[in-house]
Amino acid sequence: MKQQLKWVTLMVALGAVMLLSACHKKTPPPPPPPPPPAAEPTASITANPNTIDKGQSTTLTWQTTNATDVSIEGIGAVQANGSQQVTPTDSTTYTLSAKGPGGAQQATTRVTVNQPPPPPPPQPTATEEELFSQNIKDIYFEYDKSDIRPDQQAAIQGDVDFLKQHPNIQFTVEGHCDERGSTEYNLALGDSRATSVKNALVQGGIPAQNIKTISYGKEKPFCTEHTEACWQENRRGHFVYNK
Amino acid sequence: MLGSTAASQMTVSSVRPRFLLSALLLTALTLPCFAQDWIKTGTGLGVEKVRLAAADFKPSTQDAKDAQLLQTFNETLWNDLSNAGIFDMVSKSFYPLGQIGTPADVKFEAWNSPPANAAMLAFGNLGTSGNSMTVQGWLYDVKNVNSPQVLGKQYQDAATTDAARMTAHKFADEIIFRLGGGIQGICESQIYFVSRRSGHKEIWGMDYDGNNQHQITHLGSISLSPRISPDGSRVAFSSLTKAGWEILVYSMELNRLVSFPRFGGTNLSPAWSPDGTKLAFSSSRSGDPEIYVVDYSGAGLKRMTNYHGPDVSPAWNRKTGAEIAWVSGRTGLPQIYTMEADGTNVQRMTDQGYAVSPAWSPNGEFLLFSWIRHYGPGAPGGYDIYIMDLATKQIVQLTHEEGQNDFPYWSPDGRHIVYQSNRSGREEIWTMLADGTQQRQLTSSGSNTQPNWSWK
Repeated sequence: MKQQLKWVTLMVALGAVMLLSACHKKTPPPPPPPPPPAAEPTASITANPNTIDKGQSTTLTWQTTNATDVSIEGIGAVQANGSQQVTPTDSTTYTLSAKGPGGAQQATTRVTVNQPPPPPPPQPTATEEELFSQNIKDIYFEYDKSDIRPDQQAAIQGDVDFLKQHPNIQFTVEGHCDERGSTEYNLALGDSRATSVKNALVQGGIPAQNIKTISYGKEKPFCTEHTEACWQENRRGHFVYNK
Repeated sequence: MLGSTAASQMTVSSVRPRFLLSALLLTALTLPCFAQDWIKTGTGLGVEKVRLAAADFKPSTQDAKDAQLLQTFNETLWNDLSNAGIFDMVSKSFYPLGQIGTPADVKFEAWNSPPANAAMLAFGNLGTSGNSMTVQGWLYDVKNVNSPQVLGKQYQDAATTDAARMTAHKFADEIIFRLGGGIQGICESQIYFVSRRSGHKEIWGMDYDGNNQHQITHLGSISLSPRISPDGSRVAFSSLTKAGWEILVYSMELNRLVSFPRFGGTNLSPAWSPDGTKLAFSSSRSGDPEIYVVDYSGAGLKRMTNYHGPDVSPAWNRKTGAEIAWVSGRTGLPQIYTMEADGTNVQRMTDQGYAVSPAWSPNGEFLLFSWIRHYGPGAPGGYDIYIMDLATKQIVQLTHEEGQNDFPYWSPDGRHIVYQSNRSGREEIWTMLADGTQQRQLTSSGSNTQPNWSWK
């Protein structure tokens, strides 16, 4: 009897198992229907903001559907939908490519980057010329004289000091006279004044070849009033930077 | 007013020290009553001032052109004769009525007696035929009824106002030569000068009476101190070029600059020797402005002065070519000096003030110059033209504290002086007789300076 019971129990157990598994067992799915034709991918991309100053960031946001292979040019492969912060240095067009079984789609958005004004180009000679006109003092003369007045010695020394600090500067000393007196004599006197200034500078150690001289006599006055003040203004050795 | 206008030959005594400069023309002058020294100068051959009538020339054809040509001719002839400085012109209001054009028209008594009282009569006619103009002119001694003709000329030229003007100049020169003691007239001479009217100081030229002002250089810089050569073919001048102040030479025949050496430094105030073979000028090529002489070809450069101080504005003795006057600042204010043409025998001519612009007379006897005689604070002097007799060193003032007067230069006949003056408010060219009378303004357009009279 015991053997019969074992066998029945087994059979019941088996039956139960079979029943149970029959409950849990999925029904084998029917063979899948042939897949319908794949839908075309869609793609869209925006940048917010789409105008930035150089150095600022913008956020790209994109969406795609029906795409398995999504990438943004310049970034690389990305998720089908997403957003990302970017910091382009120049104006850039971002192209989103979405590829899927149904085809490919692209979308673009443009980010405009405002460049700052370029820095001024370096101008070392203008700076030297500016320094020249700021620091060089013209030398003034007594009426009908071309020798350096004692009260002008300090100016001569100042000019020598500046020129020694800038040994490459080339310049011209113009000799000028006031309006009185004769055209011809004043041209000769102006020449003597320019030479006198040059000689004083050379004595101070400035190379003669850096210094040109020219006389203008009374032909190119700095002022035209008929006063002692204007006449003194015109009686001078005038320094001109040679570019 | 001192007056002495009688037709005969009265001398006018100067108010201060009398000058008896040898062999001088004694001119009858109307003088304002300044306490001034007046100089008597002129031809030097003792010729009296002739009482001359110049009748308007008559048309000899019926052409419509005649009227305009005659107007130019008559105006020019009258101006040439009355400015010559040697005639006592009979006023046209004393002329007998009726035009005269040929010898047959001349009624001697009407001319040689009052009110005309003429000694000489110039008359003639002008006619045109197509583009051609013919002028006949006579000079008659109206006191010599039997044999009056001094001069009879016929001229043929184009029927243009320029040709009419030139013909009048030629006829006037003939009269002046005949009646002025054999010295060539100046009616065809030229004056060269500096004008800024184009915007830059350039060299210009004009007829001696101010007509035909025309620009010669077009350098667009500063061009100064023109000096025409004795033969009239070249103008030397000083110009600011890229290399600095250089002596440049412009050929009047080729109408362009011709080559001349560069000397370095500042080169100014060229002056031709009277034989035209050399130029004296100022150069600072040695570091200080000095006087140099060079052959016209540019060869043979010789230094004449060697003294610290500006040396400038040389002027040759026009008669001999053996001396040079110039301006030197070697003692301070500029003074006039003379030296032999080889640089020796330096003599100082002025002793005070500020003296510049020497100009030697054609006969070698006088030096013109410009002088601020009393220079300095508290004694502000005029800037005037003076004349010095080189034999006696006597000095006479020719302009009188009207404006600033500079750059005097002699006419080739030694009777006239051209100079610059700003008395009108602006620098212009003026002329006067060598005794300081008849001061006339020649230019009026723009700023005009540094005149130079041709040598013939």
